[in-house]
Amino acid sequence: MTSKFKYFLGATTAVMIGLSGVAGHADAATLRMAWAQDATGLDPHKQTAFSSLRLLELIYEPLVRLDADLKIVPGIATSWEFSADGKQLTFKLDPKAKFQNGAALTSADVKASFERILDEKTGAANRANYLSIEAIETPDAGTVVFKLKQPDAPILTAMTDTNSSIVPASEIAAGTIGTQAIGSGPFKLEKWDPNSKAALVANKDWAGGATGVDGIEISVLPDETAILAAMRTGQVDFALLNDPLIATLVPKEPKLQLNRAPLLAYHVLQLNPARKPMNELAVRQAISCAVDRQAVLDTASLGEGKVTGPITAPFFASDPNSLFCYKQDVEKAKKLMADAGFADGFSATVIAATGEPPTAAAEAQVLQSQLAEIGVKLDIKMMELNVYVDTWLKGDFDMAVALNGGRPDPYTMYNRYWTKNGNLQKVSNFADDTLDKLLQDGRAETDPEKRKVIFAELDKQLAEKAPWIWLYTGYGYTAQQKNVQGFVPMPTGSLVSLGKATVQQ
Amino acid sequence: MSYVIRRLRAFPLVLIGVSIIVFIAIRLVPGDSITAMLGTEAGLLTPQQRDSLAVYFGIDQPWPVQYWRWFTGLFSGDLGVSVTYGKPVLTVILERFPLTLELALLAMLIALSIGVPAGVFAATRNERPADLGVRIVAMIGQSTPSFVVGLVIIYILSAGFGVLPTMGAFTPIWQNPLQNLGQMILPAITLGCAFASSVTRVTRSAMLDVLSDDYVRTARSKGTPERQVIWRHALPNALVPVVTLSGIEFGYLLGGAVIVEQIYALPGLGRMVLEAILQRDYALVQGAVLFIALNFMIVNLLVDLAYAALDPRIRLEGR
Repeated sequence: MTSKFKYFLGATTAVMIGLSGVAGHADAATLRMAWAQDATGLDPHKQTAFSSLRLLELIYEPLVRLDADLKIVPGIATSWEFSADGKQLTFKLDPKAKFQNGAALTSADVKASFERILDEKTGAANRANYLSIEAIETPDAGTVVFKLKQPDAPILTAMTDTNSSIVPASEIAAGTIGTQAIGSGPFKLEKWDPNSKAALVANKDWAGGATGVDGIEISVLPDETAILAAMRTGQVDFALLNDPLIATLVPKEPKLQLNRAPLLAYHVLQLNPARKPMNELAVRQAISCAVDRQAVLDTASLGEGKVTGPITAPFFASDPNSLFCYKQDVEKAKKLMADAGFADGFSATVIAATGEPPTAAAEAQVLQSQLAEIGVKLDIKMMELNVYVDTWLKGDFDMAVALNGGRPDPYTMYNRYWTKNGNLQKVSNFADDTLDKLLQDGRAETDPEKRKVIFAELDKQLAEKAPWIWLYTGYGYTAQQKNVQGFVPMPTGSLVSLGKATVQQ
Repeated sequence: MSYVIRRLRAFPLVLIGVSIIVFIAIRLVPGDSITAMLGTEAGLLTPQQRDSLAVYFGIDQPWPVQYWRWFTGLFSGDLGVSVTYGKPVLTVILERFPLTLELALLAMLIALSIGVPAGVFAATRNERPADLGVRIVAMIGQSTPSFVVGLVIIYILSAGFGVLPTMGAFTPIWQNPLQNLGQMILPAITLGCAFASSVTRVTRSAMLDVLSDDYVRTARSKGTPERQVIWRHALPNALVPVVTLSGIEFGYLLGGAVIVEQIYALPGLGRMVLEAILQRDYALVQGAVLFIALNFMIVNLLVDLAYAALDPRIRLEGR
């Protein structure tokens, strides 16, 4: 009886799955997408989670955008210009730009959006990047002029961020930003059921032209193994992957294609130079010399990535081999330890977040064994992400394994940590005249080649002073069915090019 | 009836206790809604920015004030607003609950319809190879974690057969019964596996106990057919421990089978609570835990009432 029942159950299951497969078959002009983590809110000025930005950047648009080479390209603005003294930045807006509620996008909306970001009551994440703004002028509906207190070259790069998206002035006044998503981007948010499903439909009025698909249907599949399974069965056309372990399985499927983009975000071992004995330069340098960065990358991340210096943006980055102690040198490390009076080593605690990134625990373990060689005994403390963030923000750690977000501009990326009044001075615990000056110079300089020289020096200084031990940058992964075309992977992990992607029948 | 009323009277007290514990527990965990939303970028906020976000999330007041606000809202049926969903907590819970309820019911149906016959079958063949076989299968079923079962099923279906139920969404049964069952059957089997194994084992041992009882011997000596002795006389009494087990399991399942919902990407209660905790969506966590506790108490009460119905020797009024 039991076996008969099981047979019956098996047969019905098969039939039901077959039928549900037929019923669930979507139109080919819709891109079916999956990711493991959903957005956590709709306010583009407040949401900073990677997952939130991936959804919001398809709905909202900033004044300017980045292309795959991290060059600044038009967004809402068609052209822009710094004045000769670098203290005035003028934008010409695209006359075709329109919000998804039908209203034209004018300079008044730009002004209102930036005023909202600058208003402390908003709690906008990007405010710190705009403190040099003195006034915003709108000579006509298609022109916006930012008057600056001082020359500020990186402000333009900051404006490419989804956190600086332009929202309708009318929605700001109505207080509905965050409850409704009205932007000027390629897609309209039709339905959002958090942690389950989102439906985007093409915005016919998009100033960027026609989109390649009629819409995007997003499923949240929290387990990446399940995402791979869904791709294998053709249920999903396009997926975002985080775990290198899952990503490396994708090329084994003949119908699937894996896209890898080197990311700006960097894996780093942060030391706390305010704590003994990390306050000793020699100890920090010893740790830097003792670490075999390539081995950390190979063991923790299956070699998926490349060793990096402090600056990760390709245009500004230096060759890691030219930096201080980037080749493991245990003898030198031991000598430095002895010089500092720690020939017998010391004990310290290293914090890491569970599963964020997926490689965090493995990195901590490799570092633990490498540092043991010079007598540094590491005690690993794994924490849930929010607990980790809380501890990290307080600077309450000896060492921390971190994956920090990168920025296309070295100034916006590092002023928060290494200028004396940077907001994250509490996290870095390291103030230094040279670093401070280099960052200030790099901010005021508008000639890219001269900036490159300044930031190369910053790279060198950071590696030598070793407040942190920069390890490697990984890849951002997306997987797609081979009939999906036109998607361009970006070093920022951005999915904006889905606006032009198509699904072939 | 007075027994039921007495039990119901305890409900509010338990719920208040639960709400206080949850309220304090979730706030004792480091990190708040602000760091949950902004992550490491929260370090870029000025003190004023942080203060206004605290007001926005309703965490600017001291704990007793926050609790009192929430508690008084409770009486008007207002469980607060979830900050991640931007909807009232009760609405979010009631949206997610049908899935979890259906999943729990299906899993229980599968568990009982496999476990009870299998247990009876094993008990009537005590210590013979057939009994041993059932016991081994049950042992394996019980000791295999459900995420392993789930992932194996998904892997075999996708890599071997190229099919998979649609994941990520949920079609309510009243919209499209077939599609709904297509989505739910595998998760239900995954959950039902371990559950069926425990039901088998409990049924078997209870059945063995009962079969050696006097009244069974009496029935047999009267010449009642063996089939009738087992199913009509012995089984109802053997079911008491099965009901206890099922009640407890069902209560847990209603709390949301987090792992199975996670693997099959079902938007149920379990995943919702998990996400709410990670996002420090305090109102949603409080409301959901309260809801789960209430379910648990109702199921427990029903289990106790079922005892009395199954075994006339158990009288609730008298105690």
